[in-house]
Amino acid sequence: MSLYEAPVQTLIDELGRLPGIGPKSAQRIAYYLLKATPEDARRLAAAITDAKARVTWCRRCFNIAQGELCSYCQDDRRDPSQLCVVEEPRDIVAVERTHEFRGRYHVLQGAISPIEGIGPEQLRVKELVRRVGEEDVTEVILATNPNIEGEATAMYLARLLKPLGVTVTRPASGLPVGGDLEYADEVTLGRAFEGRREVDT
Amino acid sequence: MGLYRDEGVVLRTIKLGETDRIVTLLAHRSGKVRAVAKGVRKPGSRFGARLEPTSHVAFQCYRGRELDVVTQVETIAAHRPLREHYGCLTHAVSMLEVVDQVAPEREPNPELYQMLVGALRTLAEQPSPIVSTAFFWKVLSLEGFQPLLDACARCADETGPFVAFDLGEGGVLCESCARTTGRRVDPAALAVIGDVVGGRLRHVLADPPPPAVLVEVERMAIRAVEYHCERRLRSAALL
Ligand SMILES: [Zn+2]
Ligand SMILES: [Zn+2]
Repeated sequence: MSLYEAPVQTLIDELGRLPGIGPKSAQRIAYYLLKATPEDARRLAAAITDAKARVTWCRRCFNIAQGELCSYCQDDRRDPSQLCVVEEPRDIVAVERTHEFRGRYHVLQGAISPIEGIGPEQLRVKELVRRVGEEDVTEVILATNPNIEGEATAMYLARLLKPLGVTVTRPASGLPVGGDLEYADEVTLGRAFEGRREVDT
Repeated sequence: MGLYRDEGVVLRTIKLGETDRIVTLLAHRSGKVRAVAKGVRKPGSRFGARLEPTSHVAFQCYRGRELDVVTQVETIAAHRPLREHYGCLTHAVSMLEVVDQVAPEREPNPELYQMLVGALRTLAEQPSPIVSTAFFWKVLSLEGFQPLLDACARCADETGPFVAFDLGEGGVLCESCARTTGRRVDPAALAVIGDVVGGRLRHVLADPPPPAVLVEVERMAIRAVEYHCERRLRSAALL
């Protein structure tokens, strides 16, 4: 027996399936929506259906797109020789905010996760290999997350891509800017030492 | 209850909310514990890199009703070689998954803990699939499913030769019993299982069997673990 009326329970269940939303948050959001005006609720519902109907995956890089290609793939000013590989479309937004990268992207739509049994065949890896073979790529930058899944993915891709004759790089791990050295963890600090650079004068 | 300190190995982590993770650890004195690590997904978090799967840490937690809360973490061994070689990592993660399966929450199991710590250290020093395979067989033995290798598991015949392995019977089969049940195996694979269960892993590492035999021992170990846990080993798909 459910404690709620059927439509309310359905709403809570659906909200609870969203990432990062636990049962308590789902309840809270459901009550918020029930108290909202019918107009507000309709606008939210319409925004979801509209986005779902109009937004697709870029045919080339699997970023979010409206139409066949995403805005980066359509932009001829972007350098086709550099290809930055990320896990999710939101990672592109983070890289773009640096204004350091003018190449193109490839979105894997996830990461290799041994513990979840997610292997390369569940990601856009075949498509990446094909792009490296067909496009004028000279450098592949593996910008997957610096956690165990992201690193497993980067190691796997490096092994796969290097024989294709491209340079394979990974953004450096380093000390967080604005932090204190003594608070850095051993893994980050160890890698920062390995990746040290001569100081320009 | 309040605060407690222990040492442990991080088995797995799952995302929680915007920046947190729930970390599952096998701890020396406390058994398997689940604890919230706040803010670890933010760059520059003090805990972030210390609480990744395979990390061996000393930690302090605040005891909660269901989930504890991590308040301090220091690294004992980061096991970087495991995290920086794909083959090592997949094998290390398969050991973590098995431990997560067999260890009930908050039941101390120092023997299992010592075995895991030792196996991770060995794998980091000698990256070989034998390490995780041996670990699987040793965990099964610790759980009370030591494979019967020196007599037929059906008819108790001790003369041999033994030519098959039967998961349900929990051991090897003689030629005549193998006609009706069990799965045929290379006697060399059975010898390797005998070695690792008998504590002679070093010997196997120093003088490794041919790859085909290793693959067979590994497959048998995975099947045995899946049989006893009554669940598929997800990470096995990537081994
Ligand atoms: Zn695109
Ligand atoms: Zn028999």
